[in-house]
Amino acid sequence: MIRLNSVNKVYRTERVETLALENINLDVAPGEFVSIMGPSGCGKSTLLNLIGLLDAPSSGELALDGAEVGKWGDNKLAGFRNEKLGFVFQSFHLVPDLKVVDNVEIPLLYRKTNGTPRRQLAQAALDRVGLASRIHHFPTQLSGGQQQRVAIARAIVGKPRILLADEPTGNLDSAMGEEIMDILHDLNKKDGTTIVMVTHDDRFARRTDRIVRLFDGRQVA
Amino acid sequence: MLRNSIKLALTVLGRRKFFTFISLFGISLTLVVLMVATAILDNVFGARKPESKFDRVLTVDRLGLYGPEMNITGNPGYKFLDRYVRPISGAEATSIASNAEMLTMYHGDRKIETHLRRTDAAYWRIVDFDFLEGGPYTAEDDRNGSAVAVITEDMRTKLFDGKPALGKTFVADGLTFRVIGVVPSVSLLRTAAFSEIWAPMRTMRSSDYQKETTGAFTGLVLAKSRADFPRLKSDFKNRLSRYVFDDPMQYTKVVAGLDTRFESFARVALHVRGQNNEEARTGKLRLFLVLAALLFITLPTMNLISINLSRIMERASEIGVRKAFGASSRSLIGQFILENVVLTVIGGAIGFVLSILALQALTRMELLPFAIFDINLRIFGYCMLLAAVFGAISGAYPAWRMSRMHPVNALRGGAL
Repeated sequence: MIRLNSVNKVYRTERVETLALENINLDVAPGEFVSIMGPSGCGKSTLLNLIGLLDAPSSGELALDGAEVGKWGDNKLAGFRNEKLGFVFQSFHLVPDLKVVDNVEIPLLYRKTNGTPRRQLAQAALDRVGLASRIHHFPTQLSGGQQQRVAIARAIVGKPRILLADEPTGNLDSAMGEEIMDILHDLNKKDGTTIVMVTHDDRFARRTDRIVRLFDGRQVA
Repeated sequence: MLRNSIKLALTVLGRRKFFTFISLFGISLTLVVLMVATAILDNVFGARKPESKFDRVLTVDRLGLYGPEMNITGNPGYKFLDRYVRPISGAEATSIASNAEMLTMYHGDRKIETHLRRTDAAYWRIVDFDFLEGGPYTAEDDRNGSAVAVITEDMRTKLFDGKPALGKTFVADGLTFRVIGVVPSVSLLRTAAFSEIWAPMRTMRSSDYQKETTGAFTGLVLAKSRADFPRLKSDFKNRLSRYVFDDPMQYTKVVAGLDTRFESFARVALHVRGQNNEEARTGKLRLFLVLAALLFITLPTMNLISINLSRIMERASEIGVRKAFGASSRSLIGQFILENVVLTVIGGAIGFVLSILALQALTRMELLPFAIFDINLRIFGYCMLLAAVFGAISGAYPAWRMSRMHPVNALRGGAL
């Protein structure tokens, strides 16, 4: 489902060159739940951004769902992200101006889904994360755990094959973190969604199928 | 998608009240100035009562005579207009009218400063006053030099305390005139219709005016339709090419145009001393007006661009999220420009209401007596178009910058 072959990522400024990822080789099978661990600044989020097509490798090959994506332009990448990928961020990144249901609808706005089915899909996604009663609230009216559940609903509303979660429990207490992990596991087991999750928390990492460890931009396990 | 974007735009504006207030304040103030200027221009150039037929009227109000030793430019004289304008064929009506001359008259023990215009009878077919009393003088009145006059409502108040004036008399320019018609007062901006007293041409105290090439007269030609303009202009040009100089040693070239009001204004405004000025430079005048308007909106546009850029920074995370979930650069640009157009159109509507109030105040102040500055559908259309263009321009650059934002940077809080 996800294949990285000799991937490097270098950040260049006028004076400094920083090697963020070095020779990463990674294969994630369909339906696998993988966690990425490592100390701060080791390149976890950079790796997730590359897999999420939010950033491009400096060299190496990246294939998602069987497609070599290296030479794709902006529109094709945007289309692929919309159809195949879902994102959950540590700080939720909900749009404060929009109601919960409108936030969840965002991915569907960039597909040709009409108003009524769009609303039904968003409600179903919110129902799945247990927030059907909060659809008309604004994000700031919800707790952190609830906001992250809205973010998960937004990530799954388009039924993506790959879900990328960047420290989804990082801003939550352990009880709420467990809730979020339960939802992710449910998605992985029932829907077969491939999940790659960056985490600092060993307890949550141990609940995944495999742990990939990074250190100073290199894969150490 | 469009409905959703408009809904989002309204939501964003509703929830960011301070930003919305600042933006709307700048937009509406800019548009008020532009709308008031447009309304004044429309008042000057637009076909409005009593010049509502003036979209079909051509005038000759400038004449230039050029010779080896001297040049003369000014208003044409009666003789010139009588020979070269009145006979123009195929027009619905042609007329000669004097300029509205300032006149001091005495009525009882009162001194009245007023304006008197002398015209032929055809003049009343070209202007369209709604007579409050009586009617205009006839060709026969003109032929006979009958001392009859049409006066304005304001003159009726000054002369007869506003009481019915038909048949009453007054003395002006050494003649005793009998009032045969009363019309509403007319603004100075209606240059062909303006006066306070109108009298037949042949009530002039001397007939010398009939021998003068230059003078203080205007020739008016009412076309059957605007489509006739080129033919009428070409007819006039042909006649002018056969112009007979009174003294061929003194002048060798004659320049005059059968002009629309805008052409006539351009001819005067862009007149270059010492040059022949054969063509009315309407293109240049139009360009000048457009550039002046553009220059005027540059400052508020820059201001709105800068507000928009900071707003984008505020919304960096949203942009990152939208990109992550599949928004292409193009759709983000479209969304942001649409938001801005919604904002400016709302600003335009507010500006429109404020403009109406400003124009009403301007009318009440009577800086130009009897000028009524109002807004019609045409001006409303122009202004909404202006607002939308303003919105698109001030939204385009920030939108482009936003679309170039790297999604990873955007999600981190953004750097353009």
